[in-house]
Amino acid sequence: MTSLLDKLWESHEILRSEDGRSLLWVDRHLVHEGSHHAFAKLAQRGVSVAEPGLTFGVVDHYAPTRGVAASPAIARMIDTLEKNAADHGVTCFGMNDPRQGIVHVIGPEQGLTLPGLLINCGDSHTSTHGAFGALAFGIGATEVAHVLATQTIWQSRPKSMRITVSGRLASGVGAKDLALAWIGKMGSGAAQGHAIEYSGEAIRSLSMEGRMTLCNLSIEGGARFGMIAPDAITLDYITGRPFAPEGETLERAQEYWETLKSDPNTGFDCEITIDASEIAPIVTWGTSPEDALPVTATVPTPTELNGADAERVAAAIDYMGLAPGRALSDVHIDQVFIGSCTNARIEDLRAAAAVLAGRRSKVPGLVSPGSQLIKAQAEAEGLDQVFRDAGLEWVDAGCSMCVAMNGDIVAPGKRCASTTNRNFRGRQGRGARTHLMSPAMVAAAAVTGHLTDVRPLLVGRESS
Amino acid sequence: MKGWREHKGLATALNLENVDTDQLIPARFMSTPRGEGYGSFLLHDMRFSAEGDADPDFPINRYPDVSILVGRRNFGSGSSREAAVYALADFGIRAVIAPSFGDIFASNSVNNGLLPALVSQAHSQELLNILGTGTVELAINIETRTISVDTKSIPFKLSEAWSQKLINGWDDIDLTQQHRPAITAYRARRAKTLPWIIPKVENVE
Ligand code: SF4
Repeated sequence: MTSLLDKLWESHEILRSEDGRSLLWVDRHLVHEGSHHAFAKLAQRGVSVAEPGLTFGVVDHYAPTRGVAASPAIARMIDTLEKNAADHGVTCFGMNDPRQGIVHVIGPEQGLTLPGLLINCGDSHTSTHGAFGALAFGIGATEVAHVLATQTIWQSRPKSMRITVSGRLASGVGAKDLALAWIGKMGSGAAQGHAIEYSGEAIRSLSMEGRMTLCNLSIEGGARFGMIAPDAITLDYITGRPFAPEGETLERAQEYWETLKSDPNTGFDCEITIDASEIAPIVTWGTSPEDALPVTATVPTPTELNGADAERVAAAIDYMGLAPGRALSDVHIDQVFIGSCTNARIEDLRAAAAVLAGRRSKVPGLVSPGSQLIKAQAEAEGLDQVFRDAGLEWVDAGCSMCVAMNGDIVAPGKRCASTTNRNFRGRQGRGARTHLMSPAMVAAAAVTGHLTDVRPLLVGRESS
Repeated sequence: MKGWREHKGLATALNLENVDTDQLIPARFMSTPRGEGYGSFLLHDMRFSAEGDADPDFPINRYPDVSILVGRRNFGSGSSREAAVYALADFGIRAVIAPSFGDIFASNSVNNGLLPALVSQAHSQELLNILGTGTVELAINIETRTISVDTKSIPFKLSEAWSQKLINGWDDIDLTQQHRPAITAYRARRAKTLPWIIPKVENVE
């Protein structure tokens, strides 16, 4: 009985060393501005990129969202990537390319991400691409240099974990809630050393956008990566994408993709089952993605917890400026952010717009689409007008306020309802307080000015 | 990179869970070239106030000579930013001891000569108790996978592959280049059996 993980691993294994590590072939290597350390290592050794045709550069982490780079240091980061890519003959979706966007958004959008591939990028949320049934994981700069030089990566095989989600998600509840729900329940280190395969009825009925959100957040549960076996929904998404196979080649590819699933009765090192129908819209209250609760809950009370937990929770509540026992829906926010590789695809923007249409935001906020192509599509659908009419700022594509590298920051002490993936201390700027939630929930918080259950706001106006 | 087998040095406790990579090095410092040194960025926003004043009670401010940190659960969780390891290494840290690590952080550590020593929950607590808010000299031996304090010896886990890399200071690129023929053969086989694997040429500029 072979699992999807086994099949993908075996098909990429070039050899195994005596100490048990596998040398794996890398089908796609995505690099961004942060890869400057790796290119510098390459230059030091005087070697060039082994497979420029399998390497793609993207400007995203430092991409300005309002036209000009916020500082000379930021402009230099972008120039360095574009220059390194040009020097090595690597295709680069740079600032002047209409295909530019966040690396984990444009890989799938361009058809570079396909089932059965091994995809590496110097970014932990590379797990996103696993939504297609690919082996996709983030690597550090030394490993980026290694992949550039050899198109291979040394890895030890992770343990296998299956998360089966039965039933259906309720209306107003999406992939983001599902992800935060399991991480909240299991803890941010729960899946350490494991590769997760998501399966079950609720997963099968998720769109590709939803699957990407779920796999994206696998890393926040500590997993090395997440995967979903490809099916008709996957094929439908891929067909017609610029770099994807077509015609007869597509048919051949499809035959192979159909084999990419775990055999019945495959054993996993760890199994978890979740009932989708029990999941409510989730928000985070603390400084780790595991600090996640239904929006109907209250801020935890440290004195009710023991030892280490009590200390950690108390510190998180203090940083977040909250009071124990307070209803989460009473927490007022200063601003909102809709964007990032977790939730800035067209479906995410539609979900937020469905809540905001005809309503005003009580707080300022930023909406940054995941790519320039998504931006154009949203504008064609009139979504930009919905956001503008609500009083939010509609800006260009990039990582923006997810990581606050390009100058888009949340000011110290300010509270932001955000569709991103990390509520770490200082993630969105020094002293910033981040509450993670779905795009619809961020829109709901914008409308009321505090954390809010989106479900009543959706009555009579369901998004697609 | 120089390898190492044994290290004796001062350790202090970083008595916090989930010390994530955004805390280890805030994003705004990451455009700095490595040559300028990353040590002063380590845990920057915990060590220094918004005005830039050092908190005299923060462990690594109080004991700038430590070379070993003892942490808690989920150390280095979060991003793949290797800069988090550069900050530790440039500060002078040779080993971090904790009951669990972010996976990518741990492999980045080994690539930079920094030992991620995985200990049991009980041993981690024991070490934290011994250290309190002060420092203690620890001796670490990678080969025997032990941490010695006075007459006590605490075991840690480390795969054979990582132990060899740390001891020999090996660089994977050199190792991999020896397997060139196998890689070339694999590539040819893959392109033949799964031709669609290579992105459509007409689209590649
Ligand atoms: S959007 Fe955020 S999480 Fe995603 S790649 Fe950019 S910085 Fe990383």
